[in-house]
Amino acid sequence: MSHLIDRRLDGRNKSAANRQRFLRRFKKQLRKAVADASASRSITDMDRGEQVTIPKDDISEPVFHHGQGGAREIIHPGNKEFITGDRVPRPQGGQGGSGGEASDSGEGEDDFVFELSRNEFLDLLFEDLALPNLVKRQLARDPEYKRIRAGYTSDGVPCNINVVRSLQQSLARRIALTAGPQARLREVERELETQLALAGDDDEDVLTLQDEAQSLRARIRAIPFIDTYDLRYNHRILQPQPSTQAVMFCLMDVSGSMDQERKDLAKRFFSLLYLFLQRNYERIDVVFVRHHTVAYEVDEEEFFYARETGGTVVSSALNLMRDIVRDRYPSSSWNIYAAQASDGDNWRDDCAGCRNILVNDLMPLVQYFSYVEIKPLRHQLLWHEYQKIAESHGNFAMQQIDGAADIYPVFRELFKRAAA
Amino acid sequence: MSATVELSKSSEWTFSQLQAYDRAIAEIAAEYKLDTYPNQIEIITAEQMMDAYASSGMPLGYNHWSYGKSFMNVEKTYRRGQMGLAFEIVINSNPCIAYLMEENTMAMQALVIAHACYGHNSFFKGNYMFRTWTSADAIIDYLVFARNYVRSCEERFGFDEVEKLLDSCHALMNQGVDRYKRPAPLSLREEQAQQRDRAEYIQSQVNELWRTVPQRADAVEAQVQERFPAEPQENLLYFFEKHAPLLEPWQREIVRIVRKVGQYFYPQRQTKVMNEGWACFWHYTILNEMYDRDLVDDGFMLEFLQSHTNVLSQPGFDSPFYSGLNPYTLGYAMFMDMRRICEEPTDEDRYWFPDIAGSDWLETLDFAMRNFKDESFIAQYLSPRVMRDLKLFSVLDDDQQEELEISAIHNEQGYRQLRQALADQYNLHSLEPNIQVYDVDHRGDRSLTLRHEQYHRRPLADDTMAEMIRHVHRLWGFPVRLECADENGDYKVIASCP
Repeated sequence: MSHLIDRRLDGRNKSAANRQRFLRRFKKQLRKAVADASASRSITDMDRGEQVTIPKDDISEPVFHHGQGGAREIIHPGNKEFITGDRVPRPQGGQGGSGGEASDSGEGEDDFVFELSRNEFLDLLFEDLALPNLVKRQLARDPEYKRIRAGYTSDGVPCNINVVRSLQQSLARRIALTAGPQARLREVERELETQLALAGDDDEDVLTLQDEAQSLRARIRAIPFIDTYDLRYNHRILQPQPSTQAVMFCLMDVSGSMDQERKDLAKRFFSLLYLFLQRNYERIDVVFVRHHTVAYEVDEEEFFYARETGGTVVSSALNLMRDIVRDRYPSSSWNIYAAQASDGDNWRDDCAGCRNILVNDLMPLVQYFSYVEIKPLRHQLLWHEYQKIAESHGNFAMQQIDGAADIYPVFRELFKRAAA
Repeated sequence: MSATVELSKSSEWTFSQLQAYDRAIAEIAAEYKLDTYPNQIEIITAEQMMDAYASSGMPLGYNHWSYGKSFMNVEKTYRRGQMGLAFEIVINSNPCIAYLMEENTMAMQALVIAHACYGHNSFFKGNYMFRTWTSADAIIDYLVFARNYVRSCEERFGFDEVEKLLDSCHALMNQGVDRYKRPAPLSLREEQAQQRDRAEYIQSQVNELWRTVPQRADAVEAQVQERFPAEPQENLLYFFEKHAPLLEPWQREIVRIVRKVGQYFYPQRQTKVMNEGWACFWHYTILNEMYDRDLVDDGFMLEFLQSHTNVLSQPGFDSPFYSGLNPYTLGYAMFMDMRRICEEPTDEDRYWFPDIAGSDWLETLDFAMRNFKDESFIAQYLSPRVMRDLKLFSVLDDDQQEELEISAIHNEQGYRQLRQALADQYNLHSLEPNIQVYDVDHRGDRSLTLRHEQYHRRPLADDTMAEMIRHVHRLWGFPVRLECADENGDYKVIASCP
């Protein structure tokens, strides 16, 4: 007797847990692959999976097996010309053509190659990264609500009907409403029995009693099994949720000294940052500011793709940021972050001003300020001024990027999750 | 009696058609006296087939990265079209579970049903190796138990600890088979109850062995003479499960789980030729019988024969496609020839096989299926006719000689030697190195000595040796040495850890 079972609709990802175990085990190699990939990809291309290669030595599952040497007699099929006692030179490469010797290692010669999905890639890319010092400020302007259960209610929409509660109500009502008539009915029936025994079928009392019993039964029957006011509904109410509000300022220098390559590096840094914010923090505002001698607030498109250029006054961007913070992002209710990228080339007289704005106006407001200097020829005044800030402020970080390969490590360095 | 439902001639399968074919095949199989477990035929998709592949056909297993790796491998090669998936996977359980891929045509499904659900199934039920080493009734329960147990260990002791332990156990899986004893099958609940008792008991035994409290002088005297283990132990995993001094109870249980799973696959490794030969013989015989009874048409047969010959193709040793003797071909050719010897024996057959020539072929094949494994089956039944048909020849590869020698070919002088050599090729010693626990220094530094007994002077491959010793060391917890005899018969340490 055979049973036929259609399993096609069953889950197909039986191996998902094993895949997770695999990724977990080879995390070190994967991280390296992801870091390499992020260095070699273009700006727009960060958001997809990646082919990863793991050296076969790392991934082998060893067993005891026989090596070459010793004597073995192997049977082959398809003899055409050999007769017993023939001698043939040993084929190069050990025991060529001897498939009879099973190789227990069971692995191919190649390194192990497989595809990371987009999600797995990004998970690894942003693993252990976080915005530092993120705290819950007061309730956001558009508060977020969460629906929570709040008992039962007597009105609602049909999809929320609670069957058990409704039937409880119905049962209680029926018991309550039928109790009187039921009791009377039992009485009448008892009397009817005695009367029937004493008198005959057509006795007048018997007839009245039969009438009454009938009308009682009709009354009991008339009580509905379920009625609209039995219905009970699951009650859910909206509860306001405190949310974490954060804004990230991206300040990019687009002055003439930033040549194409530097701009490209800066953009790649910011695109990585943007991807990270989008992925790990659903509700975060990003403000893009680009500056040469004057600073503008621009949208994402313009930030990454516009080609305007000019001299350099870094303080213009800081001033603009300060104004925007003052107007739109009060630090009492916002976590404020800033990332600034520049080649460090600034108008000499402006550098001290930058430090003043930062120290006096911005640093008290922001949770974290990161500065990356891109391919500086040599460190100029701005770097040294900023170093002074870094010494006195724990939430100020600065790093230097010398090429595409540095972007990701620097990014990791800046946004490393603080040890708990 | 005949199949009452008209079997469709379309190549599309439907569930009712599958049932009709299964009934027709079952009827014929019963006439041939094939004794099988009940069948549970499951239709699955290609992706599910890959899942099944990755877990070596176990319907459920504990989680381990190596299964993830093999899944990715299967998936990759399949997606690139480098590899077709098998048409079926069949599991040695009761009821016998067979997976059929939905992509197969009706003819293929019929082939697979005959092959797996009646061929392999009857082999699982009848062959002594499977009867001795596996318990079809209990395996699914045991796998459920194992999966849950490993998961609970991961929760209690962390992924890394469990993973490391499983790595080491997997490495020694082939050395984890108890070849001469077998326990009775258990249900899931019994298994769980026993597991708890066992953990306590084993721990107390281990402590006894490693007792450090001083004993009376004469007792010590007596014990010094005693070697431990008294005889070399071939089942390394069993030895570690029972005697490794530092393993926690849960670790012993996991060693046991891997050992049990290894034991479950142990008969498959030793009956590859027979098992596949048997299944091929029966799908061929049954489907031809269906054709003779007009149940299927010419188109069906052509499609079936196309697959059949693909599976059984045997390229010559000099072909670029050659990758050793095809076990399907060898097994199938032998069973077919045995039937011929029974039905139409020649003088040669009467000389070589006086006991089966002219006998009832059904009984003879049934006997062979039940009582042999590859090695003994070939040694017993490989006929000169099959050797001639396959043009077998034997090459002696001796590292003490300059050249390879053709030691025997398919002629009168060579038959016996060929047969012996081929049987030997399927001998376990020739397939896997023979490594045994030789000694434990249980009064001293607790070091463990393993010995590799060479077979025809074949050395252990040294690419994995260092790592393997580390795995052994992880399980044993104290120094480990691996010894091997040199030309003079003196044992030399060839690897050690630390």
